[in-house]
Amino acid sequence: MNITINGTPQQLSSEKNLTDIVASFCKQSRHVITELNGTIIHSDQWPQTKLQDGDALELVTFVGGG
Amino acid sequence: MTDSPLVIAGKSFSSRFLLGTGKFKNKQDLRDSIIASKSEIVTVALRRIDLERHEENILEYIPKHVTLLTNTSGARNAQEAVRIARLAKASGCGNWVKIEVINDSKYLLPDNQETIKATEILAAEGFIVLPYISPDLYAARALVKAGAATVMPLGSFIGSNLGLKTREFIQVLINEIDLPIIVDAGIGAPSQAAEAMEMGAAAVLANTAVATAQNPVALAHAFALAVEAGRLAYLSGLPLQQSLAKASSPLTGFLYDDVSAN
Repeated sequence: MNITINGTPQQLSSEKNLTDIVASFCKQSRHVITELNGTIIHSDQWPQTKLQDGDALELVTFVGGG
Repeated sequence: MTDSPLVIAGKSFSSRFLLGTGKFKNKQDLRDSIIASKSEIVTVALRRIDLERHEENILEYIPKHVTLLTNTSGARNAQEAVRIARLAKASGCGNWVKIEVINDSKYLLPDNQETIKATEILAAEGFIVLPYISPDLYAARALVKAGAATVMPLGSFIGSNLGLKTREFIQVLINEIDLPIIVDAGIGAPSQAAEAMEMGAAAVLANTAVATAQNPVALAHAFALAVEAGRLAYLSGLPLQQSLAKASSPLTGFLYDDVSAN
């Protein structure tokens, strides 16, 4: 399955939910915010949110800023 | 002399200095600078996670008692600012947002019109909105109407350390707008922060000056002192500037009453 994470194409070998994705792509899941195809997915919905072919996922978090 | 707290959207703060968290050389400096600055509100930004480089989470270095103010940097229009604000809220880290809409890469000047649009939408959704603008009376009035919690006029270009180049226009906002006026951007030295406070600004925000100082922690402390000093000066009722001399000593001669006899 091919999806895009933060603008970069990624290949997933098996079906994955958002919890799996965050665990494998982020150092820690705290303060990670997910937007799937333009819709914000709250962390309590990650386990039941399955990724599908062609999905565009954004993983964002806080950084320094003025 | 006692001061009333800074009140934003019903929340009281004893510090009138806000610190930005960008550009610090390391996270330890950031944490120590926040503490030294006595800031109770700090700004942060939101960005895509770098999938290659696993960076440390900045929030781990921000003391828990501090109110997080997420900026919408990177937004080029109202729609993008709204998107960033909603993402920030989804993190569960509060709903305070500094609207920053910029589509000019040379001067980084905020787009007031788009900022007003974003403020309207987000305030209606229950966000506490602190919009960053070029100081303009009509824009500020529109922001009051739109439900802004403060108005944050720029002192000069972001990161320029030029100080209060827009001084007279900020004074107009202080005089006319019934919301806390927080001077943001371009504040490069504690003396400039004190100047803004002496004018009657409710608070000052600085980032670049502190973060890029040789000793950020010491400068953060200096800013805290300057903001307090400027505030106290404002509350004391500063005398007006005069264009002619007025003697501080008695206007008689040293030994004779007639000054011209000297």
